[in-house]
Amino acid sequence: MNWQFARVLELVEETPRCTSLILEPPDWPGHRAGQHVDVRLTAEDGYQAQRSYSIASGPEDAQLLLTIERLDDGEVSPYLVDELRPGDELELRGPVGGYFVWERSSGGPLLLIAGGSGVVPLRAMLRHHVATGSDAAVRLLYSARSLDEVLYRHELESLMSDHGIGVHVALTRAWPEDWGGHRGRISPELLGDVSWPPGEHPLIYICGPTGFVEDVAGQLVDAGNDPARIRTERFGPSGG
Amino acid sequence: MQPLDGNAIAGALYDAFGDEMTTTTGICEHCGATGPLAELRVYTRAPGIVARCPSCGNVVLVLVDARGTPRIHLALELLDGGETEGPRGRLQGSG
Repeated sequence: MNWQFARVLELVEETPRCTSLILEPPDWPGHRAGQHVDVRLTAEDGYQAQRSYSIASGPEDAQLLLTIERLDDGEVSPYLVDELRPGDELELRGPVGGYFVWERSSGGPLLLIAGGSGVVPLRAMLRHHVATGSDAAVRLLYSARSLDEVLYRHELESLMSDHGIGVHVALTRAWPEDWGGHRGRISPELLGDVSWPPGEHPLIYICGPTGFVEDVAGQLVDAGNDPARIRTERFGPSGG
Repeated sequence: MQPLDGNAIAGALYDAFGDEMTTTTGICEHCGATGPLAELRVYTRAPGIVARCPSCGNVVLVLVDARGTPRIHLALELLDGGETEGPRGRLQGSG
């Protein structure tokens, strides 16, 4: 798997902390929903820093899209968000990973659970679901700190209204006065409301910060869900 | 520091083993827990990459780049690659 320089076509500010990069790699073999790319930066003195980022675009999308959360003390993400410009080149390789992947043949019912920017690979799965006309029942439970940190908000609204996907947003720190969604962290009660009964064997993907993933996966197993139907992906402050 | 998991080192594992490894099943030599390498707890801020068993916490994999050549220390028995059946429950420790 070779490194290559992808051209940056466009940058889209998604939220105050997250920016999407639309990239054009010269040689892209295609990817599966949930896979990553490795991004490598090289300083003038030869020092290199490398990070793995989830792919936000679906396999059927024409363009490769990454959504990067800017971590203030990060080595890589501040450069990607603040310094990169259209026309620049970014060194990457991929796709990599095969575990946290959902394909149409994986079926459902499918419960996707995101903490913060953990929604990025889940977006690829949602887009794959829609693009392939999958008949799996799909629900997304997305925990964010506040409404202005919710990624892909308009797209999620359209998935709900146009494609029958159940989208549930939990806001943990701040919410509008008239907020009709869940307030506070994900609880066993909320999971009980959003998920299918364990007897229906939902296929569950959880992506978020390590503590979030451990907490939610633990709640789901305690509620009687089969651990073999739960796939997890953790990121943390070292992801910068 | 909170660890990442094996998904985050898919590229480094590919370098070291020449194949996609996160779906490969490993058996911990310390405690016998079995599961996909994606479920390992991974620390990337050490010199090199250190991965621990999610069940017993012992180090099961160390990857160091020695002047461009990956050096691997492994305390895992690896079963056939290309496992796509999904996670094995026992390697899903509670962290």
